[in-house]
Amino acid sequence: MLTLDGVQLHSTLLLGTGKFASAKQLIAAVKASGTELVTLAMKRLDLQHQTDDILAPLQQLGVRLLPNTSGAKTANEAIFAAELAREALGTHWLKLEIHPDPRYLLPDPIETLQAAQELVKRGFVVLPYCPADPVLCKRLEEAGCAAVMPLGAPIGSNQGLQTLAMLEIIIEQARVPVIIDAGLGAPSHACQALELGASAVLVNTAIASAADPVAMATSFRLACQAGVHARQSGLAAACTQAQASSPLTRFLETL
Amino acid sequence: MTAGFFELWQQQSWEHQLLQSRSYTLTQAKQALSKARLSLHDFQALISPAAEPLLAELAAKAQQLTRQRFGSTQQLFAPLYLSNLCANECSYCGFSMSQKVKRRVLTAEEVEIECLALRKSGIDQVLIVTGEHERKVGMPYFRQVLPVVRRYFSSLMLEVQPLPEADYRELRQLGVDAVMVYQETYHQAAYQRYHLKGQKADIEWRLDCPDRLGRAGIDKIGLGVLFGLADWRTDATFLAMHLLYLQQQYWQSRYSLSVPRIRPCSGGIEVPYPLSDKHLVQLICAFRLLSPSLEISLSTRERAELRDQLVPIAITSSSAGSSTRPGGYAVDPEALEQFSIDDNRSPALYRQRLQQLGLAPVLKDWEPYLGREL
Repeated sequence: MLTLDGVQLHSTLLLGTGKFASAKQLIAAVKASGTELVTLAMKRLDLQHQTDDILAPLQQLGVRLLPNTSGAKTANEAIFAAELAREALGTHWLKLEIHPDPRYLLPDPIETLQAAQELVKRGFVVLPYCPADPVLCKRLEEAGCAAVMPLGAPIGSNQGLQTLAMLEIIIEQARVPVIIDAGLGAPSHACQALELGASAVLVNTAIASAADPVAMATSFRLACQAGVHARQSGLAAACTQAQASSPLTRFLETL
Repeated sequence: MTAGFFELWQQQSWEHQLLQSRSYTLTQAKQALSKARLSLHDFQALISPAAEPLLAELAAKAQQLTRQRFGSTQQLFAPLYLSNLCANECSYCGFSMSQKVKRRVLTAEEVEIECLALRKSGIDQVLIVTGEHERKVGMPYFRQVLPVVRRYFSSLMLEVQPLPEADYRELRQLGVDAVMVYQETYHQAAYQRYHLKGQKADIEWRLDCPDRLGRAGIDKIGLGVLFGLADWRTDATFLAMHLLYLQQQYWQSRYSLSVPRIRPCSGGIEVPYPLSDKHLVQLICAFRLLSPSLEISLSTRERAELRDQLVPIAITSSSAGSSTRPGGYAVDPEALEQFSIDDNRSPALYRQRLQQLGLAPVLKDWEPYLGREL
């Protein structure tokens, strides 16, 4: 269960809406994933001419929309995009994305924190995409963000939890939900993130670029369910040596 | 003035790169193909004759990288020719100053008519093209017409004469998102031979132009060579060198690549170094491996059958329904074209074809407020 702004979401899988071969495929993948929250780039929406073919079907589907500020390189641009999103889509939920580096699309920690502080003041529910930096995540939390969204690896890289050691610290310290945002390439990565204690994951490329995106969306849904169950079940500890499942010293208890 | 690529280029030897680009073995090409991060030498190995037997593998890897980065999508744009006035003399171009053609500069009213016609076809990203005529089609003209065009489209690209950095800063505020400045060739003697008069004869001014764009903070910088003017492998090597240099220097800009081949034009030349279809594929795929984030565009200069094969492999943006004459969409469809086009499909028909190819046509992926230094 993921709670954001007092809203309980049963799915721990968030979906990105880019890169799909058609709107039809996207909608089928959204349905198969069981997600209740999808993010979409404001720059892709054509609110003036309404030529984009994703907004209307997503709205019909009834999933909650999480507009994002992709394309913004500065805090000011992101704030501008946020205001447009609130006005056009009627939601004050926002995925804050500021990546000035177009090659790796890595988030700018400084601009992100500045924008988050301002957007919270303006009444937004801010979910910032950010580097897997535990101190930054605490600062974003203190700024009033509703969650933090640290990256597992660069966006679209499908490399999995490359920032594992930092993510463990972030999850341990967080008082807000931690949503692992980028770099998850396989359902096992999503499962691992949830086993670690992440509140949710956000996936796009791994599903949209799969040979069968709809089947892959199902796989991620199942993996997320498995990860949550595993976490709730209490994972056994790992160690480097073999541990006999029937300890040889049990007889001592009867003595 | 800050040093730019010209200084690095001056230290290079065309002849050395020419020999180098043919010196690779099949083993070296295979090694380059297997790498996740390529050096300039790896790129050269992939465009070398030794890599030709690996073309199928190269294309497969290029396609995988393209889909991973850009998804199953294709950006659509159209050129918007505003003028065919030119103060240069380029022996391969139909707009050259000595060509006896009817010259025209669209007025702001005419520009608006063209914009409306393009919008009706669904186009939302335009590439503004003019001949290079600083005196008559310079900043005063751009200040007048860019705000008109900006009202109609979400993304605005520009292909005009190279300008000073301060002008690019102003253009950015006027709404320009991308600037294309094609070098034509990096071979000095050939460059001087083809560019006989006008500011374009100054190779340093042109070579340093992407540096000025980067310093001005232009979001997207378009690079390219006019293939056919000089040895393609060597020109491609210098183009790759230029790209790698710019990516390091101006890390906040996006880069796009165009791979035009000389097309027949009024009064045009014979093509001295033709680039074959097969080599064009090899070249495009090698660029994809060198830079997975590089946007690669393909114009209607290429014929429909070839475009339909190339686009799904590594192309990220393509034009459709293009007119290469000022006023060609609505004001004066009979005017002389800059070069003849080979893919005459309308934007609607091309979008349909893209969907058949498994690609979602993307008309809009930008907002006018992005990149303006708010």
